[in-house]
Formats: sequence, structure tokens, C-alpha cells
Amino acid sequence: MMNLRAVRGRAYPRLIGLTREPSWMFFEIALPLLTVSAYAYIYKFMAAKPEFVGYVILGGAMTAFWLNVLWAMASQLYWEKETGNLSLFLVAPISRMSILAGMALGGMVGTTIRAISTVFIGVFAFSVVFSLTDPVALVIVFFVTLVALYGMGMMFASLYLLFGREAYHLSNLLTEPVYLASGFYFPVRYLGFWTAAGASIIPITLGLDALRQIFFPSGAQDAFLPIWTEIFVLAILSVAFLILSKFSLDFMERLGRTTGRLTLRWQ
Amino acid sequence: MELAVETKSLTRVFEPKKKKEGKSVVALDSVDLRIEHGELFGLLGPNGAGKTTLLKILSTLLLPTSGKAYVAGFDVENEFHEVRRRINMVSGGEISGYGLLTVKENLWMFSQFYGIKTKVALERIDQLLELFNLEEKKNEKVRTLSTGQRQKMNVIRGFVTDPEIIFLDEPTLGLDVNASKVIRDYIVDWVSNGKNRTVLLTTHYMAEADQLCDRIAIIDNGKILACDTPDNLKRIVKTNTTFALDVTMLENKDALGVIQGVDKFMFSDDAEKGFTRLKFVLTDESAVSDIVSEIVKSGSKILSLKKTEPTLEDVFIKMVGKGLD
Repeated sequence: MMNLRAVRGRAYPRLIGLTREPSWMFFEIALPLLTVSAYAYIYKFMAAKPEFVGYVILGGAMTAFWLNVLWAMASQLYWEKETGNLSLFLVAPISRMSILAGMALGGMVGTTIRAISTVFIGVFAFSVVFSLTDPVALVIVFFVTLVALYGMGMMFASLYLLFGREAYHLSNLLTEPVYLASGFYFPVRYLGFWTAAGASIIPITLGLDALRQIFFPSGAQDAFLPIWTEIFVLAILSVAFLILSKFSLDFMERLGRTTGRLTLRWQ
Repeated sequence: MELAVETKSLTRVFEPKKKKEGKSVVALDSVDLRIEHGELFGLLGPNGAGKTTLLKILSTLLLPTSGKAYVAGFDVENEFHEVRRRINMVSGGEISGYGLLTVKENLWMFSQFYGIKTKVALERIDQLLELFNLEEKKNEKVRTLSTGQRQKMNVIRGFVTDPEIIFLDEPTLGLDVNASKVIRDYIVDWVSNGKNRTVLLTTHYMAEADQLCDRIAIIDNGKILACDTPDNLKRIVKTNTTFALDVTMLENKDALGVIQGVDKFMFSDDAEKGFTRLKFVLTDESAVSDIVSEIVKSGSKILSLKKTEPTLEDVFIKMVGKGLD
């Protein structure tokens, strides 16, 4: 019960932040839509299949999750250290995973609202027709993708503490290359099997591919793997990342207690 | 009987990140402390004395290099989960929390990390906000608070979980007189109104330690130099007499320190007001006449001369060999 309260407590700032700082609507919905629009116009100009504009809109929506994981999950413990919150989390009698889980839960809910907003505006602006064929698969894909993705973010959160001030650069480094490798604006299949398989370590790669199959069944030839195979792999990634995040967090805490670095700023 | 805090030969050495970058720093050197339940215990020392390191070990944020530390009878190294259930900590100048949350929301959030039911937490928060004169700010965002208001909020955060033992690291650092007084008064009330509540407080302020603490340990270079009640500590220097003189700007002060009967000698120049403040701890009171002669000989005028009762500062100077500033 104590850990559940901690999850709720840490999720709260993220959820209430949606109403307190409405500027996110511009930065996290309007700006990503510009990139989406650029790709959408390219595909329209090239007279590509109409599904491709839909692929781009879905990719744009999932961008919000990737940025949230990088900047508000992976880097978060580092920023918490700088503000002095990390010491207070560590002194509290709760599982450290509950703090990360609270951050993840708040991030998931907030970002889902952003992502849905992007999809709606994109559909309206480009008249894309989404045809939902399998709602059950949609719910499962969305759920396992987010659990795996935020599990990876939780793992990164403690690893980023190792990098200290370099964490900022690491997030930058992981932004653009992942847009390419995970096929945010095109089907990942076209990168070739082995590249796509390698990129599948980022859960959004398979999640996005599965979502595209669910919403655009006519574009099945663009799929990398069958939906249920992707769900299976994502489920394995979810478990693996959650276990690894627990280990990396314990490791970091032990290391921090030994060296004293976790409670020092500007390290 | 179980102690609130006990350390046995507690030692902490910080190694440089790379061996080439410097040498090891001994932050704590075989520290032995015994703090009873219900005590308000002060740790007095200059910057770098080891106060914060000791608090970090006791609050499970740092491991000792050697020796043992127990909080509420639990080993901080191996039974840290049990220790964490019983403690909380507050540091001076903390900027913790989230600026977009209100004061009340921030306090509630931290209470959730201790598993306190929302209803209980909110009741306690309201009571504490009233006691700390912060009630009217409860719905203000944290980022709008002044330094003093923010520190009051931090102190409330520490007490809202009603810990068995609280570690306060310079809780009134940089605060004005009123804000400091509110915090000090609350600390004293909290200890005296609850059975077995214990406070371990570090401070730079001698008067704060003197006013608040049942016992004080003086720490310097990682070693405990003395540990007793404020009155007993003052008795250490009671055999000596302390004189304070204000004189017109005195250039050469070297001769004053070597006068026979002078045990300790300190001074501070106030260039703006044009005077020098001298402080002497004398083993022989008759040395005053030699001091006065030396000052007059140097061409300076005596503005005031005062014999003072021993204070913790005198004890500190005797123990550490220098003042806190």
C-alpha cells in the first residue's frame, strides 16, 4: 500500500502539470505536427499510397512518447539529483521502483493525451482514414508498447545517473537516430530485416509497426513482423526492461551510497 | 537500553575519482556518539568538519568506510529499510519539490512516500502550516515562495511524517530572525511534546545550539572534540576570563597575541566604521593591563572594554583553535 501511495504521489506532478502549464499544447502538439506535415506533403507530392500519410501521423504521435521517455524519464533522476529531490526519495522507506513507476504512469497518461491530440489533428488536416480492425489487439499493442518503452526509460533513468552532466548529450544523441532506426516516418521494414530487427530493441519500433498494421490493414505488405509476433516480443521486452531497471536502480543506489556521488550536485 | 543514534569508530574516507586527481579525504575519523531517545542533540563544527557526512551516513544515504552506525537500534548499512521507516531529514537551503505544485500539494506528495493516508496527511499539513504561519500560502505555487517560506515548507515536510528521529542539517541557514525563531520554537515543542522523539541538528550558529540542544558535540576535521551539555561545555573555559574590546583601527596586532596570560586572541576589523574588535581569552586576568598598555602604545584608542561570560563560541575556539567564521 505504501508503494502504491508513492506511485500516486510521484505521478501527481506530471498529471497536474497538464493543467498548470498549457504551453505544452504548442510545444508538444503543434511543433511535432510541423514535422508530420513535412513528411505528409512529401508523400502526397510523390503520390505514395495514402496509408503512408497515416503512417507518418502515427509516427508523429509516437514521437511524443519517445521524447517523454528520453527527457522526462531517462534524464529525470539526474534532474531530481540536481534539485535535491533524489536524496529525499532515497531516504523514504519505499521501493525506488515506485518512484520510477509514478513518473512513468504520469508520463504515460499525459503523453497519451498529447499523442491522441496529434492523431486527431493530423487526421483532420490530411483527411486520413483510419480503419480499426482489431480493437483487442490495439489495446494490447498499446499497453505492451508503453510498458516496454517506459520500462526502458526506467532502466535508463538510473544508468543516466552514471553519466552525470553528460546525460543531456545522451538524450540528444538518442533522439534523431531513433527517429530513423525505428521508422517513425516510414515502415521500418524498408531498412532491411537485420536493421529493423536491431532497432526492435527500442520498443517503439515494433509497437509502431503493429499499430500501423492494426489501423491500415490494406498496407500489410509494409509490415515488418506479424502483429502477434510483435506483441510477444514486446511482452518479453517489457519484462526484461522492468527487471533490468530494478537491477540498475539497486546497483546505482549501492554505488551512490559507496561513493557518495548520488547526493552531490553538478557531478 | 537501545539508543536513538549510536556510532562506533565511524570512519568515512572519500577517495578521488581518479588517483591522479588528488588525495583521499578523511571526512569522519573514528567517531563515537551515543544519543538517547528524546534528546535534542547538536553537532557544531566549521565547514568541512564532517557534520553533513555524519548525517548522510545516519540517514542511509552514504556508507561508512569502517566502523558502525545504528539508528533506533538498526544498522544503517544492512538494516537501512528499518532505519528509513523511522527517520526523516531536512537540509538548509533545500530547493526540493516541484515549483508547479502548490505548497500543500508538495507536502502531500512527500507524505505519500511515507505511506501516510491522505486524510491524515492533509490534517497534519494544515496544522503545521498554521503553526509555521504559512497557512495563507498553502495554495500558492512553490516557485513563488521566498527563501524563508520555502525553508519553512521544507521543515514541515520533515515533520509531517512524524518521524521517530529527525536529522536537521543547518535548518535555519540564511533565514531571517523571525523565520528562524518559528523553526527553533517548533523543534523544541516537537521534542518535548512527544515521547522519545529525537532530533540531531547540525548548525553553524552557536546561539542556536546553545538555546536548543540538550547536548552538543563539537566536531572538527572529522573528529569529535567534546560532547556534553552546553553548561558543562562552558565550564571547560570558565577557568579562563574573556574580554572584548573595541578600539580605533589597530594596524599591528601581532604583539597582543604573545602577551603573557593570553590563552586565545581573535580580532576583526570593521574598516567602514573604523574600528577593530578584539577578543581575548585570558588565563590570568591581570594580563588586561598589559593589553591596554600595548593598545595605547600602538596609538589606538579604546572605545569599549567588556568582560564576558563564557559562551559556546569560547568553548569552540578553545577546542578548535579558531572561530566559525
